[in-house]
Amino acid sequence: MVKEKAQILDKEGIRRSLTRIAHEIIERNKGTDNLILVGIRRRGVPLAERLAERIKDIEGGRVPVGILDITLYRDDLTTLAYQPLVRSTEIPFPVSGKTVVLVDDVIFTGRTIRAALDALIDLGRPRVIQLAVLVDRGHRELPIRADYVGKNVPTSRKEEVSVRLKEIDGEERVLILA
Amino acid sequence: MGLKSKDLVGLHHVTAQEIELILDTAAPMKEIIKRNIKKVPTLRGRTVVTVFYEASTRTRTSFELAAKYLSADTVGIAVATSSVNKGESLKDTALNIAAMGADVVVLRHPMAGAAELLARTLDVSVINAGDGAHEHPSQALLDLFTVREKKGRLAGLKVAIIGDILHSRVARSDIWGYTKMGAEVYLAGPATLIPPGIEKMGARVCGSLEEALEGADVINILRIQLERQQQGLFPSLREYSRIFGLNSDRLKLAAPDALVMHPGPMNRGVEISPDVAYGQQSVINEQVTNGVAVRMALLYLLIGGGA
Repeated sequence: MVKEKAQILDKEGIRRSLTRIAHEIIERNKGTDNLILVGIRRRGVPLAERLAERIKDIEGGRVPVGILDITLYRDDLTTLAYQPLVRSTEIPFPVSGKTVVLVDDVIFTGRTIRAALDALIDLGRPRVIQLAVLVDRGHRELPIRADYVGKNVPTSRKEEVSVRLKEIDGEERVLILA
Repeated sequence: MGLKSKDLVGLHHVTAQEIELILDTAAPMKEIIKRNIKKVPTLRGRTVVTVFYEASTRTRTSFELAAKYLSADTVGIAVATSSVNKGESLKDTALNIAAMGADVVVLRHPMAGAAELLARTLDVSVINAGDGAHEHPSQALLDLFTVREKKGRLAGLKVAIIGDILHSRVARSDIWGYTKMGAEVYLAGPATLIPPGIEKMGARVCGSLEEALEGADVINILRIQLERQQQGLFPSLREYSRIFGLNSDRLKLAAPDALVMHPGPMNRGVEISPDVAYGQQSVINEQVTNGVAVRMALLYLLIGGGA
């Protein structure tokens, strides 16, 4: 049975983390020129939307937000017990020459991000790709790191980090399940 | 989730839920076809073999492109230049292909039941690309996809299927598909080309073309199969065209936003007039694009993992 072990972020914690990341994205890129946010399905999508809202509050203009589905790029398709559903990638603007910030809820092994990088590069040649995550839980299996992190959380491999967002889960918190 | 069978022989034994899954998966596949770089790595290292015992341009090319866009390797067996000419049976040909490591065999064959036979013989997946007058499931799926994309739904629509129902595997797969998804199917054609008992599949047979077209949301025109018309089942092509050909006047009987569809290849001026075939309401070209997307979805769902 999966049990709730600890809550690592509440509603306010999530809000503050995203506000800080929005400031960091603007600071690092010296504004929002050529900036694009791309959320990785599923929970990266509402997070990217929220970051775009936050950035608009701070800087004015709204940056474009795209949606990336990485199912067809997964490296574990032949080993999964079930077959994942393929959903749409919606990036209706060119990515070549842009600064793309990939957004996901949790970074763990890094394999999702590897797949996302391949998927993104198949759409064009961004000038730079950065990564924003709400939670970094460690245990990387690939040489990948996040540029913007909401919270670093030491975990055991057996634990599960569950990000719950109101758009998808009807509540706002981040839990460790064991 | 996923498809229950390793094969796709026909829509007769596929559930509405499975059809829904295939159409839902085809939508993101269509986005890939519209990219500059039309390739995703999903089926790298997999092999799709197409074995066609009958002529085809669209279906075969469509399957091969679908496989290539997903990074699978493809081999086409052209029966005319193969060992089939030395008398090798379908079963032995297929066993040999499977022994070389194919993951999917796409088969078109003049005999109804050929795909079913192969599916039972082989451990690898078999997709029926047309067996006699039995079924052509991927064509029906692309028809369903096209209608759902344009109309936003399938349930409750009035679908007219016009022409040579007797020889048409597309009609049979379409009837299964549309009725399972809750649409109503009306058939019209020369009485000699309407097989007895077809109502048992859930379609209604109309006494005239006009009756079938009245208020239709979708009009599926079938090809008059010139190669199968040597038995005198109707007097002449000209008469067929006069009584059953779709032209712009008859199109007005259908709903104002009715879709005009044709599985190809068209006999323009026989079953459909050129102005309708290339008119505003025609989605015939889009059917072809959607065919690749639907076949990508099928390949993914049949061999794209799920150990």
